Amino acid sequence: MNYLDYVQMTTGQKISYKIKSFFTGIPGAIATIFRVIGLFFKSLFVFIGNGFKNYGKRFSDGDAGTKLSYIIMGAGSIMHKQIGKGLVFLAAQIGYIVFMVNFGSIYLSKIYCNNVTIQSRPGKIFNGVVGSEAPIKKMTLLKEEVINQDSIDDSNKILLFFCLTIMVTIAFFAFYIMNTKSAYASEQIIKEGKQPMGTVEELKMFLDDRFHVTLLSVPITLLLIFNVLPIIFTVCLAFTNYDEDHLAPGTLYWWVGFKNFADVFYSNPMKSETFGKVLLWTLVWAVFATFSNYILGIILALMINKKEIKFKGFWRTMFVITAAVPQFVTLLVMRTLLDDKAGFNALFGTQIPFLSDVAWARVMVIVVNIWVGVPYTMLISSGLLMNIPEDLYESARIDGANAVQQFTKITFPYIFFVTTPYLITTFVGNINNFNVIFFLTRGGPNPASYYRAGQTDLLVTWLYELTVETNDFNLAAVIGIFVFVVCASGSLITFNMSKSAKNEEEFS
Amino acid sequence: MTNTSMQPNTQMQGGYAAKRRAANTAIYIILSVMVLIWIFPIFWLLMQSFRGETGVSKNYIFPKQWTFNNYVKLFNDEHFHYGQWILNTFIVAVVACVVSTLVILMVSYALSRLRFKSRKTLLNCGLVLGMFPGFMSMAATYNLMNTFGLAKSLVGLVIVYSAGAGLGYQVSKGFFDTIPRSLDEAAKIDGATKNQIFWRIILPLSKPIIVYTALTTFIGPWGDYIFVSYFMKQHSENWTVALGLYNMLEKEYIFDYFTTFCAGAVFIAIPITILFIFMQKFYVAGVTGGAVKG
Repeated sequence: MNYLDYVQMTTGQKISYKIKSFFTGIPGAIATIFRVIGLFFKSLFVFIGNGFKNYGKRFSDGDAGTKLSYIIMGAGSIMHKQIGKGLVFLAAQIGYIVFMVNFGSIYLSKIYCNNVTIQSRPGKIFNGVVGSEAPIKKMTLLKEEVINQDSIDDSNKILLFFCLTIMVTIAFFAFYIMNTKSAYASEQIIKEGKQPMGTVEELKMFLDDRFHVTLLSVPITLLLIFNVLPIIFTVCLAFTNYDEDHLAPGTLYWWVGFKNFADVFYSNPMKSETFGKVLLWTLVWAVFATFSNYILGIILALMINKKEIKFKGFWRTMFVITAAVPQFVTLLVMRTLLDDKAGFNALFGTQIPFLSDVAWARVMVIVVNIWVGVPYTMLISSGLLMNIPEDLYESARIDGANAVQQFTKITFPYIFFVTTPYLITTFVGNINNFNVIFFLTRGGPNPASYYRAGQTDLLVTWLYELTVETNDFNLAAVIGIFVFVVCASGSLITFNMSKSAKNEEEFS
Repeated sequence: MTNTSMQPNTQMQGGYAAKRRAANTAIYIILSVMVLIWIFPIFWLLMQSFRGETGVSKNYIFPKQWTFNNYVKLFNDEHFHYGQWILNTFIVAVVACVVSTLVILMVSYALSRLRFKSRKTLLNCGLVLGMFPGFMSMAATYNLMNTFGLAKSLVGLVIVYSAGAGLGYQVSKGFFDTIPRSLDEAAKIDGATKNQIFWRIILPLSKPIIVYTALTTFIGPWGDYIFVSYFMKQHSENWTVALGLYNMLEKEYIFDYFTTFCAGAVFIAIPITILFIFMQKFYVAGVTGGAVKG
């Protein structure tokens, strides 16, 4: 089908074509993803392979200084008259050794311990923390039994510092490779009869050619410590038995392999059933929340932006005010208004279980979400409506198109095609929409058949409850990983598709 | 449509105009009803904040006894320290705003206008990291803060709010992408280093995006409940506004403090609403910019 055919279709045909190509595009997009993943691994292996090759080549080609820098970092640089740089490398190596001896090795050795021995006698030292399945199943320890609090290992600390040690080691390794490269490069420069860069010159590079290093080093370090490290830690928790029976620091927890995943997905009937139901409701919620907001928001924007409508600023401001009030305030107000006794029920003397009956609660969270979200959609689609080139309408008018035709032929296709990516981001956002559910129902009503979840709980609010209220950190981690995988792969697929769609048909 | 006046058939034109008028009236009615629905909860909140009678469930909207006492009570109550919460939130918001704005500008500038080997990799990593549910690693972050001795402190809170800022580069990166490259090149020919280009050329051109970034990062802590509740727990002298107000609605306090809560909510909502209305244009530009690009 070429472009001309596409243009000649009616709007209905265009939409059905769009929908059809959306679904027929899915296998292609999935294939693309696997191809991309394959390419990624291929380039990764090539990168590692080349890295080793060059690493060896630099060693065999290099002079004594370069060779020495393979053992003592910075030696090459110092011998090639780059004293400042060499000292930095040397300091890094000494620092790393000190770090490993005093800190890292302790946590590396404790991370996997087969021989967990527990002595209930006071003052005895525990060894091994995140070990394998322990020989003694019952490991609960009463705090009163302990005289020396410091002698007990804290599983959290060990796992956290283990992850930290691994990250430091990777960073050090990168630095080490940099050191050998730098030694080799300066050797080549000397061979060419030139002078390698001095320390001052090298530092100046950080304001010019290497300015990205200067700009990015602090943000990336912050991210690595306070964002990546906790994420790695949490992912590790999914493979441990860190739950309310194994609460660190009082009690130890240890590795259990894929048991938690099995529990959530099939083997534990209560957990897996809860997971299935919560997942289903999450999807239903995401579909309704996304499309209700989208459609109503666009209709509202169209009404406000209609040419003959006056006081546009007034209408817009009225809706923006509701969006501008902090969400926790509006949602807490809504919760009170929908209370069993207060709010609307008190005003009208009714007794409608807005948030305490399943069906009512599910409808009400979607309705309140409309109330919360429509002003945003209105704002955004107003912006889009203004972006529609005015000459399109002009030429349509000259051709004698009426208002309805202008809408179906110009406005609607434009908005629909332009906002498809936005729609997808909102969908993913709604899967993770924490606030509305948490502040309105907190997941409730909570039937006994659910494992610590309620009937309006989304995966993320369930995750929150498991973390904060019931201390099932391992299950929370499994759910977090699941949500991540779903959102990431979904976004990647649609991202790929919208990219290919953009090449196929352009709105004109 | 503009040609309708030229049509000879006046009867048809009259029918058409009447139809249009009816359509417009319908739109006005729908809009008015919608505005009423949308404004009602806010209006109700405002009315409750002036109510003299205690309690939650009342079968009337307008207070029987108008009072300003709820606002006064906010600032001299022996149980809840609203003034302290505002001060805490303000300090956290200002510091987090300064740090995050700097971080975001640095990252987005580097990823947008500098070309280096690992740029694509970093962009992809940022995308992937952003897909983890925000509070999934909350417990781990708390642990980390605990080992640094920063849990339950405002410093820890600032770090939590600003450390992740490096991932929020999209909107300002989009902005930097639109500044013509020829500016950089001209400056480079004149002998400017990249550092000078950043400070002297790009930043002065980026005032709107700096204002937007600063405002969003400033507003963030005022509305956050999740992190602050997990970090501060019962440590009430370091509560922020959101956490404090939420606690006013706990079962044991709600009867005495509901109207105080309303006053506190109104008090905090006014400046934030004004800020938001001020920056809605940037918000739209940021979101639609991303949407159109796909």
